[in-house]
Amino acid sequence: MAKAVVTWGIVSLMLMPLLYGTLAQAEAIGGFVVPTSKAAQLDRCVEPTEAMRRYHMDLIRHQRDTTVYGGIRGTKHSMSGCVDCHAGHDASGEPIPVAAPGQFCQACHHYAAIKLNCFDCHATVPKGEAWNQEPEPTAPEANWMMNLLDLHLPRGRVTP
Amino acid sequence: MKQDHDTIDQGRRALLGAAAVGAAATVGFSSTIVSAEGRKTPVTAEHRWGMLIDTSKCADGCTACVDACELENGLNLQERPHGLSQQKWDDQRSTWIRKVRLQDNLSGQITQLPLMCQHCEKPPCVDVCPTGASFKRADGIVMVDRHICIGCRYCMMACPYKARSFIHEPVEHKFTRAPRGKGCVESCNLCAHRLDHGENNTACAEACAQTGHQAITFGDLNHANGKLRQALKATKNRQIREDLKLNTGVRYAGL
Repeated sequence: MAKAVVTWGIVSLMLMPLLYGTLAQAEAIGGFVVPTSKAAQLDRCVEPTEAMRRYHMDLIRHQRDTTVYGGIRGTKHSMSGCVDCHAGHDASGEPIPVAAPGQFCQACHHYAAIKLNCFDCHATVPKGEAWNQEPEPTAPEANWMMNLLDLHLPRGRVTP
Repeated sequence: MKQDHDTIDQGRRALLGAAAVGAAATVGFSSTIVSAEGRKTPVTAEHRWGMLIDTSKCADGCTACVDACELENGLNLQERPHGLSQQKWDDQRSTWIRKVRLQDNLSGQITQLPLMCQHCEKPPCVDVCPTGASFKRADGIVMVDRHICIGCRYCMMACPYKARSFIHEPVEHKFTRAPRGKGCVESCNLCAHRLDHGENNTACAEACAQTGHQAITFGDLNHANGKLRQALKATKNRQIREDLKLNTGVRYAGL
C-alpha cells in the first residue's frame, strides 16, 4: 500500500511539468492577436472571443455561400473584415500578410496543425492593389482611415 | 438525345422557378436594396444582366475592354511560370475577354468582336459540372463557386464560346474583390462585385465608352424600358451559335 502511494506520488511529480507546459501553451493561444493589428486596439471581435475561436470557420463558410450565391457583401462575418482587422504592420507601417509565418491566421493554424488554404485565392493584405486604394497609405493609422473612407468614396482605378 | 436534355432541363427549371418565386415572395420589396457598402439581400430574378455588342463600332487594334477587364480582376498580375515558353503561356494564361477577328475570304470583309462568357439562360457549363461549382446566379450571371470547383475542366470542354480559363499555377497577387487561385476554372462574371456594390456598369463597357467607341451596352434584359432593351430593339442583333438555343445574355449586332 505504502509502495503504491509512493509510486503514484512519483508519477504525479513527473507529470507536473507536463501539466504546466500545457497550461502555458493554452495561454499562448490567447496571444495570437498581433499587437500591430487593428484588432489589438479593440475589446472584442465581431462575436465574443470564445465564440470566434470555436466557430469562426462556420461563420466564414456560411458567409462565403451567401456572398457567392446571393451577392451579399461587406457583412460582419466577411473575410475581408478578418484581414482588415487582423493584419499586423511592420515598422514602416506596411501591412504583413495574415497568412505569413507568426501572423494571426497562420500562427494559430500552425499550432493546431490545420492547413490554411483560404489565402490560396483570397487577398492577405488590406492595402494597395488588394483593396484598390490609391494612393497607398503608409502608416497603420492612415490605413484604417482609408478603409473607413473607402466605404464612402468612389473606388479608384488600379494601375499595374 | 436532344429531347431528353430538354425534358430534364425544363423540369429542373420549373422547380428552381418555384423556389425563386417563393424566395421573391419572402423577400418582397426589400430585394432591390443595394448600396455602395454592398448588397444586404440576396440577388433575385428581378434583373437579368446582359450586353449588346455592336461589332461595327468595335475598332481594329483596340483592346480597351480586354485591358480594363484585366485591371479590374487582377488578370494583369499573372506571371509566366519559370521555364514555360511564351507561346504556351499565351495559350494558357487566364483570359476573360478575347478579341476575335473574323475575315470573309471572298469579300475581304473583316469583323472585330470581343468574346467572353455569354451568360446563357441554359448554360452547358452548368449542365456538365460534376460538383455544382459552375452555376447560374439568380440574376443570370454564370459563375464558378471556386470553393467547390475541383478543376476537372469539363465546363471548358462544354462551353461553345471557349470562354473559360484554368489557373495552373499559384496566384501571388489577387484582389479582395476578385479572389482567384490555383486549380480552379474562371470566366467573366459581368463584374458581379460592381453590381453587388450598386454600380450599374461593367469595366469593359465603361472602358469602351471612354474610348468613344460605345460598342458595348450593358444593362438589364428584364427591364423593358432600360437602355439595353432599347438598344436591342433599335439594332438588329443575334446570338452567336443561335442554333444551340442557349438564350445568351450577350448579344451581337452587325454579325
